[in-house]
Amino acid sequence: MKQFRLPFLAKGGILVLGYVVVLLLIWSGVINDYIQATMVTICINIILASSLNLITGFTGQFSLGHAGFMSIGAYTTALVTMNFPTVWGFVGGLLLGAVIAAIIGLLIGLPTLRLSGDYLAIATLGMAEIIRVLMLNFEFTNGAAGLIGIPRMVDWNWLFVFTAGSVILIANLLRSAPGRNMIAVREDEIAATSIGVNALQAKTLAFVVGAFFGALAGGMYSTYFYVIKPDIFGFLKSVDILIIVVLGGLGSLSGSVIAAILLALISTILQDFSDLRMVIYGLILVVIMVFRPQGLLGDREITLSALGRIIPRLPRKRNEVQP
Amino acid sequence: MKRITLGLAAAAIGMSMFVGCAGDPAPSSSAPTSSESTGPAPSSPESTGPETIRIGINYELSGGVAAYGQASVIGIEMAVDEVNAAGGINGKTVELVKYDNKSEEAEATTLATKMMTQDNILAAIGPATSSRFMATIPVANQNKIPVISGSATADAVTQGPNGVQPYAFRICFNDSFQGTAMANYASRTLNAKSAVIFKDSSSDYAKGLAENFNSTFVANGGTIVGEEAYVAKDTDFNATLTRIRGMEFDVMYLPGYYEEVGLIIKAARELGITAPILGADGFDAPELLDLAGAAALNDIYFTNHYSSLDQDPKVLAFIAAYKAKHGQDPNAFHALGYDTAMFVMDAIGRASSLTGEAVQAALAATKDFPAVTGTLSVDENHNPVKAIVVVGLKDGVESTSEKINP
Repeated sequence: MKQFRLPFLAKGGILVLGYVVVLLLIWSGVINDYIQATMVTICINIILASSLNLITGFTGQFSLGHAGFMSIGAYTTALVTMNFPTVWGFVGGLLLGAVIAAIIGLLIGLPTLRLSGDYLAIATLGMAEIIRVLMLNFEFTNGAAGLIGIPRMVDWNWLFVFTAGSVILIANLLRSAPGRNMIAVREDEIAATSIGVNALQAKTLAFVVGAFFGALAGGMYSTYFYVIKPDIFGFLKSVDILIIVVLGGLGSLSGSVIAAILLALISTILQDFSDLRMVIYGLILVVIMVFRPQGLLGDREITLSALGRIIPRLPRKRNEVQP
Repeated sequence: MKRITLGLAAAAIGMSMFVGCAGDPAPSSSAPTSSESTGPAPSSPESTGPETIRIGINYELSGGVAAYGQASVIGIEMAVDEVNAAGGINGKTVELVKYDNKSEEAEATTLATKMMTQDNILAAIGPATSSRFMATIPVANQNKIPVISGSATADAVTQGPNGVQPYAFRICFNDSFQGTAMANYASRTLNAKSAVIFKDSSSDYAKGLAENFNSTFVANGGTIVGEEAYVAKDTDFNATLTRIRGMEFDVMYLPGYYEEVGLIIKAARELGITAPILGADGFDAPELLDLAGAAALNDIYFTNHYSSLDQDPKVLAFIAAYKAKHGQDPNAFHALGYDTAMFVMDAIGRASSLTGEAVQAALAATKDFPAVTGTLSVDENHNPVKAIVVVGLKDGVESTSEKINP
């Protein structure tokens, strides 16, 4: 299909522009500490939702254990950063946590991904609970009290690098051959297998990559919010992430990004109505799901190229939006 | 089929929207200070909020421990109403800026940032629990605005890696003091020589209490004949209690929260364990009576922040005022919330100027402040020096109370 695509440089340029604009706003004081804190929440949720979307939305494997991976990343990064409170300690800790989570994802994925649907959901839920209880009982994780006094390392630069990097890497993975295999497995596992797709391999790859980025988000969480403890990464956290994915649309990366932003904005605006906050928040979720059961974007994507098609009315061949 | 997902564009757009709307919510605050000027941003509340003093409330109003947060806020509001009715602080009305942190640590941090950078507060009260309170302390130190908790009892709350946290205060005793005080009560008042510990191993609170009880009791010449554990949300304790019944002991120490402790006490008494049962402030909830039943609640002693039996006129006045408003007896969280607010407003009244630094200095200099939960002074680690109360239950009702001074 010959469709209009923004050239690579233009896309890169738009990203850099977004980065610089926010940076200038931070310098000028328009974006204060409070807005930055909300931006951190948004970006962490974007990474979490994109990585879970890879597993649940694109590969079709219903996972309820994403908070478990997040907690591995959070604890590893926190422990490394507390011992080496430098930028290198922070980056090293992030990567170490992500790699450990990926290995655990592999070890758990190989046996459990032979399951599907509800059974897999329960198996992943069990995995996250095991991780949580281990964190509760290990000596070095400081038990129920958790880790306190973690140095704050995440700033806009890191936030941008990791968020943009994660989303772009996941998007590119999905457009590669292994990514296509994942989507094929979601559409019809038997049909995919019959044409030579190794379904278990595709599912495991999605699980491992999802675990990697989930842990990355966890590491950023712990090095921004000072305090982590096992409760934070309980079942409800996994559900929170799943809500973002479903709300944005299963199988839509841009949907996850938009939903993460939208939910954080709603939650922030509602902070001023402390008594009714969770009621209104819940109500909004219900209303969105009633009117958009497929999620905000369904399985479509909003891409920069698509925006490029709409916004600057460049003369070009007619070959427009497909459903 | 192309999925050139540069959702980051969307992210950038979202953030710019965000910046657009973020301008409005802070109409009253002074010029937004950028992150590098960490100085006391809202240094002149007089010029912006005429004749009002703003205090932030950052409490668990929903989520896991909402009961603690809600009770504390009721106490705080009561105190503020009283002070405002009496003319405010040096003629200025006190205004509360209230937020719900949903019982989440990250939300507590975010809200602390919000109230300190946008709402022009002079001090922030809360959250109720230790880990969430600790999540706000770095923000307080950075913005030079004191945070005060009424019920964060974990040992290390006000001490960081580099010594005392300059802008963090609390008005409750810490867990190790509770464990130590109970052990002393057991060996001196109850003349116990041997004890069994049955603790909640999933909570840091219970573990800390058990540890301190153990070491003090042994130092007093007693012996710990057994140490058993359960996990929060357990409901059947018969197996462990049967094992405990086979041991020889004078008292049983039961650090934990009322939810499980109520069931344990009931089961223990049914199995014929008649030895006194000792506990801590986690026992202080009306639900304990519902869970254990009045018949089982004899010979129960626990350390607490205050006792409703106290004949101190301040306590009587507080209980009467609370009853008149809400129709029931206040619990410790109501009292601690009330005390925290009074403690903060007292310091603001004494502060040399209306800045976070001056209030911090006034808080640190507090001496013999008359609180409902006991007269307190602030020590060099920003912990209170105050008495602890050991409450005894008879048929589920408080029948004895003894003050133990530190």
